[in-house]
Amino acid sequence: MEILAKAKKTTKKEKPLKIKGAEAVVKSLLAEGIDLIYGYPGGAIMPVYDEFYKYQDRLHHVLTRHEQGAIHAAQGYARVSGKVGVAIATSGPGATNLMTGIADAQIDSTPVVCITGQVGSNLLGSDAFQETDIVSMSTTVTKWNYQITKASEIPEVLAKAFYIAKSGRPGPVLIDITKDAQFGELDFEYKKCKKIRSYNPIPEMDITQVLAAAELINKAKKPFIIFGQGVILANAEEELKELIEKADIPAASTLLGLSAIPTGHEFNMGMVGMHGHYAPNVLTNECDVLIAIGMRFDDRVTGNLETYAKQAKVIHFDIDPSEIDKNVKTNVAVLGTVKKTLAALNPLINSNINKKWHQEFKDLRKIEHEVIIHPEINPTKEKLTMGEVINAINKETKGEAIIVSDVGQNQMFASRYANFKQSRSVVTSGGLGTMGFSLPASVGAKLGAPSREVVAIIGDGGFQMTIQELGTIMQTKIPVKIVVLNNEFLGMVRQWQEMFFDKRYASTVMTNPDFVTIVEGYGIKAKRVNKRENLSVAVSKMIASKDSYFLEVIVEKEGNVFPMIPTGATVSDVRLK
Amino acid sequence: MKKQIYTISIYTENNLGLLNRISSIFLKRHINIESLTASSSEIENVTRLIIVAHLTEEKVKKVIGQIEKQIEVIKAYYHTNEESIYIQSALFKIKSSLLFDERHIQNIIKNSNAQIVTVSPEFFVIEKSGRKEEIEALYDELLPFGIMQFVRSGRISVTKEEMKISELLRKQLN
Repeated sequence: MEILAKAKKTTKKEKPLKIKGAEAVVKSLLAEGIDLIYGYPGGAIMPVYDEFYKYQDRLHHVLTRHEQGAIHAAQGYARVSGKVGVAIATSGPGATNLMTGIADAQIDSTPVVCITGQVGSNLLGSDAFQETDIVSMSTTVTKWNYQITKASEIPEVLAKAFYIAKSGRPGPVLIDITKDAQFGELDFEYKKCKKIRSYNPIPEMDITQVLAAAELINKAKKPFIIFGQGVILANAEEELKELIEKADIPAASTLLGLSAIPTGHEFNMGMVGMHGHYAPNVLTNECDVLIAIGMRFDDRVTGNLETYAKQAKVIHFDIDPSEIDKNVKTNVAVLGTVKKTLAALNPLINSNINKKWHQEFKDLRKIEHEVIIHPEINPTKEKLTMGEVINAINKETKGEAIIVSDVGQNQMFASRYANFKQSRSVVTSGGLGTMGFSLPASVGAKLGAPSREVVAIIGDGGFQMTIQELGTIMQTKIPVKIVVLNNEFLGMVRQWQEMFFDKRYASTVMTNPDFVTIVEGYGIKAKRVNKRENLSVAVSKMIASKDSYFLEVIVEKEGNVFPMIPTGATVSDVRLK
Repeated sequence: MKKQIYTISIYTENNLGLLNRISSIFLKRHINIESLTASSSEIENVTRLIIVAHLTEEKVKKVIGQIEKQIEVIKAYYHTNEESIYIQSALFKIKSSLLFDERHIQNIIKNSNAQIVTVSPEFFVIEKSGRKEEIEALYDELLPFGIMQFVRSGRISVTKEEMKISELLRKQLN
């Protein structure tokens, strides 16, 4: 009996496992529930890749064709799944190639962990082969970063990295690991990080602020809600919907807030901002209480701050205290996750129907429909328009698809015209405006939501910035649908040149290759459409395809996105043409 | 809004790279750091940074927000000169011959409450702590005699009001 008890005791107090740093990286990832990573190997990260080989049954590595592709894929994955995306690269150019995506994830609050290899710690600072000081370089575009120089640091630092990336307002974390730390041995024991004493991810909700917000909303005659990605990040779609419906408040979305509320919801007034919808932009300067929920008053949303919603009392719900009063002065600030703060607010809200106020939205929406939307999707000109392509996609996907748009006109048409029925249906580079984002992000999006249709909408410019990721799609057979809207121009810049630079088209004309031939070279089914009568059949064939599919649509060369608030103009001075 | 001098006190974990992170916040907004001092604080393992900058209150609030957002920053405060007790230190290196030949220089040292830290056959070193203006006044007085070397430290400062940072830290630890 004694022996048995003794044996029990010894098994209970298991000795920590002695393993190499590189294996500790993999075991840490597995301990965080990561089964999918995106990356590109190279000298300084080879020990970790060697472990990937051994663990390939449990940890799937997607080899992209460029490190930028890896991080954008990780972002796309994170955005649709709500999980942390992981990208991995070698030192030097491998690490610097991640940088654009890291900056993108920082400004769009996307949880990603980047792991980079680094030269041996004895070589640090010696200008060794493929040495860059990636920790310094990435400081201003990461939520946190750290250089590991000892194997023993790996589990604790990676646990911290995942905790920081996903908690509070999410963001990118970069962990740089020297080669000797990957080779070194450690006693492996993994404890998830739950707290960092200097870090308070979710500020405490102040109930007096919630009461003040409720009072303002209940008294409002013309309340208006703008919701952002904070709603999606907090999984607060239901709470937002309840608020809107209970109080009868017209609501509009920021670019990244799109799909938090279905497009067809009767109180969803569309999108605000530079190319947003007419009614919500104009009426931002008419409302008496502006309720901002999980958004950050980006300059593309506000236009001229001096004339932005000056007549309104502003209530700002956000998780990040540094966003309060950053751009727009608030009357009431409610800190915390919007899921919690809206849940506290909703029981205090009364029904507050103002038919006249809703009518104002309806009237302006009618104007926009007549002047812009109807002609865009029912054009009389011979050439196809971007809007009608998006509309054709809507018809096929029934608003169920995830739309991964790139940057520029294609992005604005996709955001304005695509229909969304469920949340997390929009993946796009909002704050940074990274051309080339869409194709690799669509790969990650499909892996993050395998049961959903994923359609990438890209311009001919952005497509060629990360076109090499067709190789990733070919090798992995990830069935994404790729639509290139080809106008043989860098369309958005051209539109600005037309409007503000007297049509001096400096370096915006594109001489393009035969995209269909290129895509077919990658073994991906491809089709080109340039006639209206072939559009719907082509789109239908694309959506029906079980495999990845490429559709190039030749569109009107000089189409413009309207409405538009020119840079620095007043939000209500929306131009319809 | 008027620009003025603000003393920004930052309580942080002592981590490599954090200074880079904080100085970047100033650089990004094109704010010049007039002085910067890092030292230990009243709390074990907590570093205190003191940054002096010339900016508007609106901006200093935003800067504080960005600083506090950094993972390893525990708390940041800003104060005006009126709200702070602050000094800087300076060292003046001067030819030793002057100390013995010029009676006037001895009077300057005495009147300015400066101290002689070291004397060697070639040079002597005066240390002066006080407000920046006092140090500058001493500098002007010593300038005609020839200053071999001069250096002034960053500002160190404590607040007139109590800062309940220890209590706050205890709360965050629990």
